[in-house]
Amino acid sequence: MALDKSEVLAGLTEIIVDETGLPAESVAPGKSFVDDLDVDSLSMMTIVTLAEDKFSVRIPDEAVKDLTTVGEAVEYIVAAEAPH
Amino acid sequence: MREVVITGIGATTPLGGTAQETWRAALRGESGMRPLPPEWAARYELPVTFAALAKVDPADVLPVPTLRKLDRGAQFAMIAARQAWDDAGAPDVPPERLAAVVGSGIGGVCTMLDAWDTVRERGARRVLPLTIPMLMPNSAAATISVEFGAKAGAHAPVSACASGAEAVVLATRMIREGRADTAIAGGAEAPVHPMPLASFAKMQALSLRNDSPSTASRPYCATRDGFVMAEGAGMLVLETADSAQARGVRIYARVAGVGSTADAYGVAPPDPSGSGQLAAMREALGDAGMAGSDIVHVNAHATATPAGDTIEARAIHAALSDDCAEATRALVSATKSMTGHLLGAAGAVETILTALALAERVAPPTTNIQELDPEVALTVVRDTPAALPADGRIAALNNAFGFGGHNMAIVLASA
Repeated sequence: MALDKSEVLAGLTEIIVDETGLPAESVAPGKSFVDDLDVDSLSMMTIVTLAEDKFSVRIPDEAVKDLTTVGEAVEYIVAAEAPH
Repeated sequence: MREVVITGIGATTPLGGTAQETWRAALRGESGMRPLPPEWAARYELPVTFAALAKVDPADVLPVPTLRKLDRGAQFAMIAARQAWDDAGAPDVPPERLAAVVGSGIGGVCTMLDAWDTVRERGARRVLPLTIPMLMPNSAAATISVEFGAKAGAHAPVSACASGAEAVVLATRMIREGRADTAIAGGAEAPVHPMPLASFAKMQALSLRNDSPSTASRPYCATRDGFVMAEGAGMLVLETADSAQARGVRIYARVAGVGSTADAYGVAPPDPSGSGQLAAMREALGDAGMAGSDIVHVNAHATATPAGDTIEARAIHAALSDDCAEATRALVSATKSMTGHLLGAAGAVETILTALALAERVAPPTTNIQELDPEVALTVVRDTPAALPADGRIAALNNAFGFGGHNMAIVLASA
C-alpha cells in the first residue's frame, strides 16, 4: 500500500523535531536539512535510520546525499518500496 | 604552588537531583534504594531485585534532542556539570584556560548493550550513528568540554570506582601545574542493566538483601554482604584560590592535598595489606603538609564488601594515627550506606559531601550499622550526623579505590 505523503511528512517532522529540538512549525517540505535545519551528516544519518524504521523502507546510504530538502526525503520515502 | 579551591558543586544521585538535596538527604539518613524492573529477576534469574536509582530521571530535566545524543551517564554528567557551573557563578574564563575532567568506571555500557541487541535482533542498518560517541568512556568528558568550551584539555580518567576521585586529582594537578586555571571535574555512571548486575553478583560483590533494600548497604557492619549498585553523577568546579578570591565567590573547601597509587596486586581484589591505600593517604597528607592527626573527618570508600571495608579501615587507622596504636579522633562516615555505590561517580559525589561536611562542620551519618565490625577500629559516625570542631581550620580525607588497585586520596581543608 502506498504511503500517504502527508502522513510521511508528519512522521518525518516528528523525527526531525526530536533530533534537532526545532519547533515543528519550522519543518516544511521546502526546508533544506543543512542550510535551514542545521542538520549535520551524523544527524542526517540518524534521521534516515529512524525514518527507515518508522516507514519500513530502505534508504541506501548513496541516496542520502541527494535528499537535500524535507520534501525530497518525503518523496523518496513515498516512492520507496516497502520490504517484503 | 597554586592553591586549588572548590567553588561549585553539582550532583544528581539516588538521594536527590542536586548536590544540596543529596547532602540534606544524607544528613537525614535517607536511603536511595529502589526496586528494579520485576521482570529482570523473573526473566534472567538475576539474584538482586533492587539498586540505588537516580531520584530524578534525566528525562525530567533534559530536552529530547539532548537525551537522544547522550548515554544516560553523560546525561547525568551534563545535569551535574550545569549545576556546578551555575553554582560557581559561571566564571568568565578563557576557553584555553578551562579543562574538563570527567571519569567513568565502565562508560556507556547500556548504550553498548542496547546497540548489540539492535544489531542481533534487527540488523546492522538499525544501529544509530552516534552509538560509538555515546558509548565511549570519554563521552561525558567530551560532552562537558563541548558544552562549556573547555579547550585546556578534556580528560576521562578510567579507574573503575576511583574514576571520579581521579578526575578531581587530575584536575587539581592540571591547575597546580598551570595547564588550566579552572576545571569542571567529576564522575558519572549509568550501570544499571542486567548484565553488569549479573557480573557484579557473580563476583559476590553485591548485597542480596532483597527483603530489605533500605538497610542492604551496610558499610562497617559485621553483617555486611556487598554493595548496592547506584547511578548518577557528581561534578565540581575547581579553580585557583586567587581567581576565586578575585571573583569574590564562595569557597566550599580547599583541595589541600592529593594522592594516587596503585596496588599492583590484582585486577579485582584489593591488596589485603592495604599498603597501596595507605600510601595514597600518606601522599595526600604529605602533599597537604599535614599530619594524620590534623584530619577530623573521613568520607571513606567503604562500599560494604566484607573484605574491602576492613582493609581500608586498617589503612585509615594507620594513616591518621601516625602509626600510634590509639584510635584516631577523626569522625568516619560511609555515605554509600545511603547513596549506594555510584562506581565511577562515587569519588566525585563523596568529594562534594566531604567539602560540604567541612563547610557546615558536620559529618554525615553511616546508616545500617546494626553491629559495628570489631575489626573496624575507627570512630564511625552512626545513625545521626556528628558535629565537627566549630573553630579554626579543619581538614578531611576522602578515599576512593577501584578494581585494578587504583587508590585515590584527597585531603580537603575548610575555606
